[in-house]
Parts: sequence; structure tokens; C-alpha cells
Amino acid sequence: MRSILWAVARRVGAGVAVLWAAATAAYAALWLAPGDTIDVLIGDGPDTPEIRAAISAEWGLDRPEIVQYLAYLGRLLQGDLGRSYWLQRDVGEVLASQLRPSVELVLAAAGTGVVLALLIAVLTAGRGPWPRRAASAAELVSVSVPPFVIGILLLTVFSFTLGWFPVSGADGPAALVLPALALGLPIAGVLGQVLRDGLERALEQPFAVTARARGLGERAVVARHALRHALLPAVTYVGWFTGSVLGGAVITEILFGRPGLGQVTMDAVSGKDLPVVMAVVILFAAVFVAISTVVDLAYRIIDPRLRTT
Amino acid sequence: MAAIALRLSRPRPGVTAAALFLALLAVAVAAPGLLAGADPLAADPLRALEPPGPGHWLGTDHLGRDVLARVVHGARHSLTIGVLATALAVACGLVLGLAAGLSHRWVDEALARSFDVLGTLPELLLALLVVAITGPGTGSVVLAIGIAQIPHFARLVRAQTFVVRRAGYVEQAVTFGFSRAAITFRHVLPNVLGPLPVLATIALGSAVIAASGLSFLGMGPQPPAPEWGAMLSEARNYMRVAWWEALAPGAAVTLTVVCLTVTGRHLQHRFEGRTP
Repeated sequence: MRSILWAVARRVGAGVAVLWAAATAAYAALWLAPGDTIDVLIGDGPDTPEIRAAISAEWGLDRPEIVQYLAYLGRLLQGDLGRSYWLQRDVGEVLASQLRPSVELVLAAAGTGVVLALLIAVLTAGRGPWPRRAASAAELVSVSVPPFVIGILLLTVFSFTLGWFPVSGADGPAALVLPALALGLPIAGVLGQVLRDGLERALEQPFAVTARARGLGERAVVARHALRHALLPAVTYVGWFTGSVLGGAVITEILFGRPGLGQVTMDAVSGKDLPVVMAVVILFAAVFVAISTVVDLAYRIIDPRLRTT
Repeated sequence: MAAIALRLSRPRPGVTAAALFLALLAVAVAAPGLLAGADPLAADPLRALEPPGPGHWLGTDHLGRDVLARVVHGARHSLTIGVLATALAVACGLVLGLAAGLSHRWVDEALARSFDVLGTLPELLLALLVVAITGPGTGSVVLAIGIAQIPHFARLVRAQTFVVRRAGYVEQAVTFGFSRAAITFRHVLPNVLGPLPVLATIALGSAVIAASGLSFLGMGPQPPAPEWGAMLSEARNYMRVAWWEALAPGAAVTLTVVCLTVTGRHLQHRFEGRTP
């Protein structure tokens, strides 16, 4: 028990360190950006020394760098992500208002990817060379096609030609189908291959032979015994998985004209609205750290052999 | 598409086909005029959105430009970004990985953690951060993708350095009293390089995907430059009437990355001493 608590504490500590570093990297971006922040804030407005001084005082730019950095970290700890240069609103508020469609897309895509991967693995594992070749071809194509190309193909076939799904927007479940598929298919291809390899290895193990000898059908062997072993190697792909879904979501949202964090991020990048870009980076890093921490700890539950280390 | 990939994923003929396609790409980069005579920038509004046929083998786009010429000339843009970004990542990864592998434990720990942080952020997001700082353009995209890929190379070089520095010949060199620099450059560096070309081939594939994604979002080379991602972004508005305008650059990116992946994996199998 004590070793588990120690492991949890160490893992959470490492996560916090990663978050601090991500926040610092984001802050460094602000510092590296060419041009004066005050110039960006003034934009096309009147430019007098008084206005410059007022803006500088309002945004705290007249303080030393280190004080600004510490103040920034302090605000982050209180959940304050700063203020957008352009929108005249708190960044946290901006992100929160656009969170829902993005979360819907990410969850739907992740679900699609995992379910399809499981189907690919269970239906093709141990079925001879042809299903194996089909699965590895699917994997090769998934790592090679940019997700937005899949999206364009899906749009061409199902929206423009067949008219089954809306071309853009985020109204209702129908508008979610194609974006979720575009984002989920490449993931399913890669994850399916990993799961399939794991299943095939597990099905050759002595415990699978024993289960068959007890008279269990092949389906039951897969479902009750082999799948748990196949999940272990797949768990190491969780970082890649989270990164692909989050990064791919930005492009997918733009392609399908969905409102959400992708649109906010793109507007912020093209408008050089750095506080918003920084906040998105920190938000993504936080999600990533949270997921990988939970998965790392869950790993010990899935695989009892790891608990002793 | 699946049929092509299936053919390519088989060992011998597939690898040969991939290598041939990559050679064709090299020709497209070096001398695009040989493969497509038309001017990729010459607009002809009277012949806009013509379907594939004689004269324009892949049809024309919404401004009446020859799609084949644009895809062929686009190879130079897309691959230049990919190659430069990968080169940047290899160079930085080599220096940082060696530094981590050969330094004191504390420096190593700090560097390894920073690779972790860099590797934590989704590649695209890191790229957006870079573009937010430097503004859109070819240079920004190279820098963005290059930085995002550093951790892969740095980690590999660091791990490789750990193996090499314990090797007998390095211990011998230390015993003989060679200087640190001499040992690093003459004994460690050449032996660390081994697996890099393999990883670089595979990384080049993902760099090409990332480049097309960023260009698709309007962060890369600006129109009318015929970059594949940028072409896809323009073609998106005419998909209802002209599927060929989007299909050609989409197929070009996909085929390029499939061939790079196939070649990279083949090299990997050979390098690891397994038969593919």
C-alpha cells in the first residue's frame, strides 16, 4: 500500500513539473515574439506616450521580467489564464464558451477510434494471412494519410454526393458523424494493429491453450483472457493517442467549419493573440498530463506484475 | 488506395515500388519541367474546372491552372519543408542527445525532462505556438515542425550514447588518455549515428504530413505557391464540382508518405537484422 502511495505521489509530482515547464515554455513564447506587446495592444489606435504608459500599467508591463513571470505563474495557479489582446475578455471565459463542441468531437473521435480498433483486432487476429495483410495495409494507410485528406474524402462522398450529412456546423449528432470518423479512422488503423499484434501473441500463450482445453470457444478465449493482455502494449500508445486526437481536432474543426477551440486557436494564431495561444497550449498540456498520469497508474491495476516495482 | 498500400506493404516488390516513386519525386523536386510542361501559375479563367482529359491530364483548378503541373511543382515546396525540418531536428537532436548522454547526471536529468515536456505537447500545437511567434511562411513551418521533432531524435541519441560510452573501445580510449573532445568526435559520435537515417526517413514522412496540415491551415507557403496542403485548402471550396482538384494533391501527399514509411520500415528491419 505504501509503495502505491509513493508511486502515485512521484507520478503526480512529475506531472506537475511537466505542467510548470509547459507554462514556462508558453511564457517564453510571449517573450520571444518580435515586436513590442504595447504596439500589439495599441493596434491601429492612437499612439501617444500617455496611452502607452496607461496600457503598460494596466497590463503590468512596467514591472521587471521576473516579477511578471512570477505573477503569471501565480495567476495560473488560481486558474486565471490571462486576458485576450483582442477580444477584451478573460481567456478562461473565451475557452470555456467554446469548450463544448470540441469536447464532443474529441470524445466521439476517441470512442470511434477505440471501438473500431477493437473490432479490427478481434475480427482479424488469428484468422490467417489475408485479414492480417488487410489490417497492416489499413495501418500503413492510416499513418500516411493526413486526417484532413480523409475528411475531404468523407465530405465529398457523404455530404456532397450522397447528401447524408451536413457539410459544416455543429448542430446535432448528424454534424458530428463525419468529423468523428475523419479523426477516429487513422487512430483506429494504428491502434487496431497494436491490439491485433497483442492478441495474436496472447493467443499463443499457454494460458490460452489451457482455456481452450477447458472447452472454451475461441470468442470466449479472446474476450475473457487474451484481450486483457492485448491491452497492455496498447496502453503505451496513450500519449500518441491523446496527441493525435487533440492536435487533429484543430484541423478537423477547421475543415468541417465546426465552432470550438480549433477556431479560437486559429484566430488567435493569425491575430498573434498570444495569451489565447498560451492558454490553449497549457490546457492541452494539462489534459495530456492528466490522462497519462491516470493511465500510468491504471497500468498497475491492469497488470498486477508491475505492483512490486 | 488500399490496394496500392497492400501491394506496397509486401516486402520486395513493395519496397522497390516505393523507392521508384521516391526517385520520381526527386526528379519532380530537381527538374519539375521534365514531368509537367505546363506553367503551374499560368491561370486561364476560360478553362477553369475542366475535368481530366487530353491537354490537362489531371484537369484544371478553379483558376484554370493545370493541376498536374501544380502537383508536380508542389513536390518541391512540400518536400523542401519536410527535408529541412527533419535536418533541423536531426542536428538539434544529435547535439542535445549527445550532451545529455555525456554530461553529469544532473544535466542529463534536466535535458531528459525537457525532451519529455517538448514531447508532451501535440506536434501541431507546438507548431501553432511557433507560427504565432514568427508569423506564417515556409521558414516558420520548417522551424515549427523541426522543433516539434527534436525530442524523437534527442531521446534516441541519448539512449544510444549510453550504450556507446560503456563500450570497450571508449573505455580503451579513456585509458589511453585521449581528450574528451577527441573521444566524443572520433569514437562516440560515429557509433551513435547508426540508427539515425532510419528514424529520419520515417520522421520525414510525418514532417510532410505536418507540413501539409499547417499549409492547409494557411500557415505555410502563401498562395499562389503550389504547396500540396495549400492546394487542398483552396480545392476544398470546389469539391462539389471538381473532385480532381482536391484528389490530386491529397493522393500526392498520401503516396509520398506511404512510400517514405515503407522505405523507412524496410531500412529499420534491415538495420535490426530481421528479415522484413
